[in-house]
Amino acid sequence: MVKYIGQRLIYIIIALFIIITATFFLMRLAPGNPFASERTVPPAIQESLNEKYGLDDPWYVQYGEYLVNTVQGDFGTSMKYRYRETNDMIAEGFPISMTLGLEAMFIAVGMGVLIGTIAALFHNKWPDYLMSLIAVIGISVPSFVMASILQYYLALKAGWFPIAGWEGFIYSILPAVALASTPMAFIAKLTRSSMLEETNSEYVKMAKAKGISKWVVVFKHALRNALLPVVTYLAPLTAGIITGSFVIEEIFAIPGMGKYFVTSITNRDYTVIMGTTVFYSIILLLAVLLVDILYSFIDPRIKLRGGKSGGK
Amino acid sequence: MANKDIPKLNDSDFEVVGTRSDETEILAKKSISFWGEVSRRFLRNKLALVGFVTLFLIILGAIFAPMISEFSYRQQNGDYNVSPNGTYWFGTDDLGRDIFTRVWIGARISIFIGFAAAIIDLIIGVAWGAIAGLKGGRTDEIMMRIADILTAIPYLLVVIILLVVMQPGLFPMIIALSLTGWVNMARITRSEILKLKNQEYVLAARTLGAKNLHLIRKHLLPNALGAILVTMTLTIPNAIFTEAFLSYLGLGVPAPLASWGTMANDGYPALANAPWRLFFPALFISLTIFAFNSIGDGLRDALDPKLRK
Repeated sequence: MVKYIGQRLIYIIIALFIIITATFFLMRLAPGNPFASERTVPPAIQESLNEKYGLDDPWYVQYGEYLVNTVQGDFGTSMKYRYRETNDMIAEGFPISMTLGLEAMFIAVGMGVLIGTIAALFHNKWPDYLMSLIAVIGISVPSFVMASILQYYLALKAGWFPIAGWEGFIYSILPAVALASTPMAFIAKLTRSSMLEETNSEYVKMAKAKGISKWVVVFKHALRNALLPVVTYLAPLTAGIITGSFVIEEIFAIPGMGKYFVTSITNRDYTVIMGTTVFYSIILLLAVLLVDILYSFIDPRIKLRGGKSGGK
Repeated sequence: MANKDIPKLNDSDFEVVGTRSDETEILAKKSISFWGEVSRRFLRNKLALVGFVTLFLIILGAIFAPMISEFSYRQQNGDYNVSPNGTYWFGTDDLGRDIFTRVWIGARISIFIGFAAAIIDLIIGVAWGAIAGLKGGRTDEIMMRIADILTAIPYLLVVIILLVVMQPGLFPMIIALSLTGWVNMARITRSEILKLKNQEYVLAARTLGAKNLHLIRKHLLPNALGAILVTMTLTIPNAIFTEAFLSYLGLGVPAPLASWGTMANDGYPALANAPWRLFFPALFISLTIFAFNSIGDGLRDALDPKLRK
């Protein structure tokens, strides 16, 4: 176990090193720079700007400094907004994004499992068709379309929810639902098919034959085993929710990390793009590791071993 | 007693017919080939069939609708934000362009991006996976490690960073989409090859002196084709979705080109007074994603021998 985690941490560090290096060099190749949009700057000011951000140092010096700073957790100063630290943006935006993300995950898993279970219990009856229809819609309609529709009908037309902003729980409902719609549908599909498999298995028949009530069989026996594939899906779910929030935060004007990231892209604010990318990668890689460890606790058949590709 | 009622039979009552080989050798039922069986089961799946017809209609529309339409996709007609009517079937946008025509032009771009990304994924992924699976040992280990590290990097982040560097455009978009997209295909192909390469018929072919390349081309790939096809069908909607997503971040194909994503993005701010500008592109994105997903699911079920009836 310890060996396994150690090995995985080494891979995470290698992956992070590659990400940091790649973003650093890609950003140097990127055309345009954040100062370009301002009026023609006298050469003297341009020089002092370059000096301030270390842009006239040779690349290896810049790269070395960048690596050292990143390891120390310092992602640099924004090039667009003077005196704005990337770290401050992360500190401000991340808690908001995390609240939204956790809420969306909660909805996705809760509703997804519920819909999938109902569909499986009423296999080939009308609730099954209804639930499958919901799942098909959830998978087909992209999150940003869902967000626009919810915002238009439930907030603008009906007035049940605030249109945009982030000032309390009620503000988070629509964005969280929009963010959760696609993963919810995937989880519903997964739950339905694995639940169908479990309800036809021998041990469920056995439990029924012993005269255990229907609901105990469903919840204590079948569902517990049927949830294993859902747990495997948690890692891609985390990734999907984090990256999905870029657009959702933009649509609902939520001051989370996604919004800073998107703004930094439009502004070509390279230090912020690099900083947030690295930060996102760290979060994602750790989340995936966490899910893998969690999985080994839930499913005793899985033994965590040193990383063979096929062994996971 | 009853025996007495039966007349006595003698040799002359019988006739020698010989072996009628021409009749007995005929199979009562026509034998069905593997792909024949798959297509038969695919066509019985209603959802998959609906998806197939939807996709067929959309592709037909993408090819022919812009030709028969009286407007061009970039022509500004002077009627701004007109709601759908007899002249403009899907209405017009803020520059007075006909949305019906633009939706079908957008279909060309979006579907082209989907297919192009899937084909690049197919070529790189299948080659990578097949080599890793067949060679095994150290080669496999190294190749799969590289794939592992590539998947550790979040897909959308890579695509976004690449588009920032390359400047938005049709080909940068395709390159960015397939740069990490092939890893999944490589995984699937590798696991199929690993399963197949230890089977007897491969050993037999090897004993007869078949080289690796021949084995891959003639024996392994045709048998792995099902899984590869399913993965490819499911890659396409993913690419179309990602393209639309990136358009919402302002990284889509530049104007006057129109993809469904850029159209939806342009239409979003006008949601309150011209909802059709978002509605139509969004509808077609959803329909296409639905079509590919249900085709992919249907194919997977049709190829699964466990579900054979």
